[in-house]
Amino acid sequence: MGVLSSSAGPARIARVLAGRASQAVGVAVLVSGLCFLVVQRLPGDVAYRIAAGRYGYDLVDEEAAAGVREELGLDRPAWQQLLSWLGDLGSLDLGRSLVTHQPVLSEVGYYLTGTLQLAGAALVLAIVIGCTLGTAAALRPGSAVDRLTDLWVALVRALPAFLLGLVLVVVLSVHLKLLPAAGHGGAGAIVLPALTLALGLSGLFARVARDAVVATRQSEHVRFARTKGLSERLVLLRHVARNAAAVLVPYVGVQAVVLVEGVVVVEALFSWQGLGHALVHAVFWRDIPVLQATALVLALLVVAVNTLVDLAGLWLDPRPRQGSRP
Amino acid sequence: MQRYRRTSAAVTVALVLGLAPGCSASRADDHSSDTLRVVGPFEIHSLEPTATSGFFTRLEVAETLVTADLEGELAPGLASEWSSARGGRTWTFELVPGVTFHDGTPLTPEAAAHALDTVRNDEASPLAEAPIEEITATDSGLRFDLSERYLTLPAVLTHYSTMILAPAAYDDDGRVAEMVGTGPYRIDHIELPASVEVTRFDDWRGTAPAIEHISFQTVTRPEARALMAAGDQADVVFHLEPAGRQQVEAADGVELVSTLQPRTILLKVNSDHPVLGELAVRRALSMALDREAMAEAVLREPGLAATQLLPPSLTAWNQPDLAPLEHDADAARELLEDAGWTPGSDGILEKDGEPLRLSLVTYPDRPELPTLATAIQASAQEVGIDIEVDVTNSTEIPVRHADDTLELALIARHFALVSDPLVTIADTFAAEGSDWGVHNWSDPAMTAAIDGLLAGPSETRAAELRRTVATIAQEQLPLVPVAWYRMNAAVADGVDGFVMDPLETSWHLSEVRWAS
Repeated sequence: MGVLSSSAGPARIARVLAGRASQAVGVAVLVSGLCFLVVQRLPGDVAYRIAAGRYGYDLVDEEAAAGVREELGLDRPAWQQLLSWLGDLGSLDLGRSLVTHQPVLSEVGYYLTGTLQLAGAALVLAIVIGCTLGTAAALRPGSAVDRLTDLWVALVRALPAFLLGLVLVVVLSVHLKLLPAAGHGGAGAIVLPALTLALGLSGLFARVARDAVVATRQSEHVRFARTKGLSERLVLLRHVARNAAAVLVPYVGVQAVVLVEGVVVVEALFSWQGLGHALVHAVFWRDIPVLQATALVLALLVVAVNTLVDLAGLWLDPRPRQGSRP
Repeated sequence: MQRYRRTSAAVTVALVLGLAPGCSASRADDHSSDTLRVVGPFEIHSLEPTATSGFFTRLEVAETLVTADLEGELAPGLASEWSSARGGRTWTFELVPGVTFHDGTPLTPEAAAHALDTVRNDEASPLAEAPIEEITATDSGLRFDLSERYLTLPAVLTHYSTMILAPAAYDDDGRVAEMVGTGPYRIDHIELPASVEVTRFDDWRGTAPAIEHISFQTVTRPEARALMAAGDQADVVFHLEPAGRQQVEAADGVELVSTLQPRTILLKVNSDHPVLGELAVRRALSMALDREAMAEAVLREPGLAATQLLPPSLTAWNQPDLAPLEHDADAARELLEDAGWTPGSDGILEKDGEPLRLSLVTYPDRPELPTLATAIQASAQEVGIDIEVDVTNSTEIPVRHADDTLELALIARHFALVSDPLVTIADTFAAEGSDWGVHNWSDPAMTAAIDGLLAGPSETRAAELRRTVATIAQEQLPLVPVAWYRMNAAVADGVDGFVMDPLETSWHLSEVRWAS
């Protein structure tokens, strides 16, 4: 943070944070309103759906649904239900799940941690794999390594996560017996889902890293660094890496958001407990508080990631900017 | 707080990577540490007895007053004996002496009465439907005072929702906050919704289980479960689908165990529908179904084709000499022709200018249902009945039953939700209709037979009445049977003594041991 404030200036950081904070509040109100509207518009009787979530999908009868309707006051007009939720949100009370009776905050916190663990691990793996391949390819454009990287990029991008995951399971779990095929919490259970996500992403990272490194290496300041007599290794570390990162970081930010939202399929495939799981169940069961909170968390996550990208950008490229762009 | 929450500190990427290889290292090598690894599709979303789908009684953490043996006969649970007085309006249950809960407190009549009083206020429990006026704790057990004769009370008390938990299990609102039961296994760790670990309870009154620890993990995708079974990543894996079954059968070191379940896949029919109200149409529809081909193609076992509503696993109810439902497309066409239906221009039958067009609702939660629905659609098409299949949420069936818009629904009905099938069968054929049973259909002879059975007749008379029920169901077809159901589990060769209970009252894991 010391580096950040000295090079980027506290005023600009404050401006970034204030802008993003107001954005977060706006997003929160909009998203929860939209969620509520969507659930109201979905077909099917809400009371029956909640009862099915509680007691089992083919054990629900009219009495159970009537019990749920009475308990939750689902007969109230929709606007009253929305207002009471917004009021609770204002006092930072997210309520309890209509199905499991657990506090929404702990429920969503649990699934969010699962998703962040998975997305974080996937992102780090993807950056390591992608940047290594990309930089290797950029050092000799047109070489065999460069062409192999192209092939890699095409291959992992063309494979849908579902298929890639199954291939990894068959190879690493069934044949080599290295990792568990599915589950959550057991040793090594995170590796396969994280790898599935990471391999898909690594192709894009390799591509962007390669182009950024090639462009930076041809720039004048890098040529000057070479003329200064620095070794190729030092040039890469001191002058190329940071400049290429200024291009790569916003890109990683965009992918991180896509990743968090895209883990749904992978979570289902590997029985990983994350936000995707929570979201699917909440929609299915019409568990409105959990649905609103999950969507809210996803939306705020987008804002948070963008804020981090802005701050990282300020640190990587502290040159003053024109206009209102933060 | 049993529910373990990962701390937010674990969020950081560095920590994630640092933790990943070592997280929960205690379970890294379960097999050698006397932990039985169990995998199934069920998620546990709540500890409420009605919402557990029987998970904690099957895992033998909690117990009910009465239980059922492998044949479905009532057996002592926490109650050693029971009897009725006042013509079935008073029931007394004697508690087994010397039972302790997992928290060390004794099982008292007051504790048992508290648990049952709590659950009978929950509409989702069958106990809520029993005409109970009061449950009183006596010196050594419980007394139930009822407003009317109710002979199936002991059977209802086998239902998982009537599990007896310690008073400390409940919070101030009467909700279950901790699962404190009396069974041979006690909870070690619960991470809702997908992971439960239990350890042998040292003060259990019976024979100590051979397996010390059991870890249960939810894996919802059937193909992943099959891979785990075939790849020795689990010792017992419940519910494999046909493709996974073949995979397990081909693998070494694992065996498939299965049993017929008292469950039937059937067509729920709106008998007040202008077309389906005609018995001839229902019979023709039934004859049109090539059940054996469907069972072979979809369930991969032709023997599961239903020849009558109640499956052979319900030995007292299944009637082996009843004329079986058979596939005969020609006879079906004749039947419809006699009823005045004539082929229209597009091959679909017509009567008074109206085509024979029906809608069929089903749900994807049981993956074979949508496939069977399309097979039914194809079979019906051959005799000139046009069926439109609507695969939707399961709750649409009770919803459309209530507003009378349902025509046909393909459902899987379990006939032994409590150990005595009479309770479920009586509900299925209720004269006023049933969400998962008959719809706008009643027959005085059927109602009389069921009332007769509920009155507790002699065994000979009961057998006659059960035959009457089965025969009327076969002739009137208010529900058209399609297939019976087999449930299975993959069990590793390292495990001995695994038995499969058709009623799924318990998984009997306390009787399992490691193969020497």
